[in-house]
Amino acid sequence: MFKLRDKYAIAGIGNTDYTKASGRTVRSLATEACLKAIEDAGLTVADIDGIVSFNFNDSAPAIGVATEMGIENAGYAVDYAAGGNGANLITLAATAAIEAGLAKNVVCFRAMNGRSGFRLGGGRDLSAYGVTQYTAPLGWITYPQAMAMWARRHMIDYGTTEEHWAEIATTFRDNAVINERAMQRTPMTKDDYYNSRFIVDPFRMYDICLESDGACAVVITSAEHARDLKQKPVYIMGGAYGGGPSQGDDLFDAIRWPSHSHNCFKYLADDLWGSAGIGPEDVDVAEIYDCFTYSVLMALEGLGFCKEGEGGPFVMGGRIARDGALPLNTHGGLLSEAYIHGFNHVIEAVEQLRGTAGARQIKGAEIALTTAGAMTCGSAMILRN
Amino acid sequence: MQQTAYTKPLPVPDSESTPFWDGMREGRLMLQRCASSGEFLFPPVTFCPGSLERPEWAQASGKGTVFSWIVVRHPVPRDIYADEVPYVVAIVALDEGCRMTGNLIGIAPEDVRAGMPVEIAFNRVTPEITLPAFRPSEG
Repeated sequence: MFKLRDKYAIAGIGNTDYTKASGRTVRSLATEACLKAIEDAGLTVADIDGIVSFNFNDSAPAIGVATEMGIENAGYAVDYAAGGNGANLITLAATAAIEAGLAKNVVCFRAMNGRSGFRLGGGRDLSAYGVTQYTAPLGWITYPQAMAMWARRHMIDYGTTEEHWAEIATTFRDNAVINERAMQRTPMTKDDYYNSRFIVDPFRMYDICLESDGACAVVITSAEHARDLKQKPVYIMGGAYGGGPSQGDDLFDAIRWPSHSHNCFKYLADDLWGSAGIGPEDVDVAEIYDCFTYSVLMALEGLGFCKEGEGGPFVMGGRIARDGALPLNTHGGLLSEAYIHGFNHVIEAVEQLRGTAGARQIKGAEIALTTAGAMTCGSAMILRN
Repeated sequence: MQQTAYTKPLPVPDSESTPFWDGMREGRLMLQRCASSGEFLFPPVTFCPGSLERPEWAQASGKGTVFSWIVVRHPVPRDIYADEVPYVVAIVALDEGCRMTGNLIGIAPEDVRAGMPVEIAFNRVTPEITLPAFRPSEG
């Protein structure tokens, strides 16, 4: 296991506005977020010698963003072919690059016109090659349709109900209401949730995350260097990337998945906690990948916050609210803040650990968890102040 | 009379999947089986996981039970599926031991239950392509 603990830190963060129609190129969004993160760290573009991103739908190539910023020789420039699983993967890749001596200050970003450009939930890609030849012709095309199949199986195996999902959706919306960055700030009641229409049964509209235009970026550097910079360093305590046996074709690689009642996080848990040297009980605040209400349960169970199948009861009774034992998605998450493919979770975790989250601030937050991914492959990171 | 063109996605058979689609067209469910482990495999592969052997093809019973299912109520893309909703997509646990995908037909969406016995149905959509579907069976 890579001995990660406290050797690297997030020194700067930056993000654009989150909108439905940016009216801008994705590269311009990416560059804005990166420049803000670099400035936030107290660095200049000349200090940056590495750049990493991930893309599944539209994005801006790392080297193109480096070029726009005026970096003529980014020694480490990588684009990962990853979706929602990639948000912590790229930060961990940055630490590996620094560890290997390939770079000193790495900017990581995710940028997308996810509403006005390529809509990931829109199902416009109707090609039926590879594994999708067994799915798309059946009318099984979109992410909500893919994940609803898993959610149904969890209901069958464990009696998970829509009441559990309603609790997640309304709790996250409560957090978004007081978040000036959030796209969806209208208060939501349980009745609002139950009255929303079914998109793909068992998922209603409010079980499904937003579609957003925007970009997020962070700067990663050595802990030693970070201590000399402008912001209070947020240290990377641990992290893990991986998954279990699947075809690796993303959306529908679930056919051969061992059990549809757990996901990648079961396979990540030991590496994640082992690298950080802590356990779930030590986490003060968690930003969990919530492309769907239901995916939160999978992550909580897989990472050992509760036993497999007990995620539903676990989130009830205010436990995940801002004043609960385990505040979750304090910014509103992908469901109510914005869908920047999980990278906005990293931004929020850093804000919480810096103590700069304003009305959303969780008192005494010292250790934060971020997760990315909802299906067979994912990543997670533990941060501390 | 002019025939309406089929507008929904069609599978593009490849070197791994051609025997499966040939079988569907001929009304037989053909699945891969690992010669050494006896395990049935779906979707098709070139190398059996674990043994790394080339799989053999065998005709399957087409019988199984509903493992999980969804009811698509919001059509995506709308122009293609507006007239189809609600429709059911299922993962079926075949008696042979592997799981496969198919539409569920011959049953109202609200009547589908986990574990209910189903059997293969052959949904011919073009002269070349027959899609897998399942309908309730006596078990």
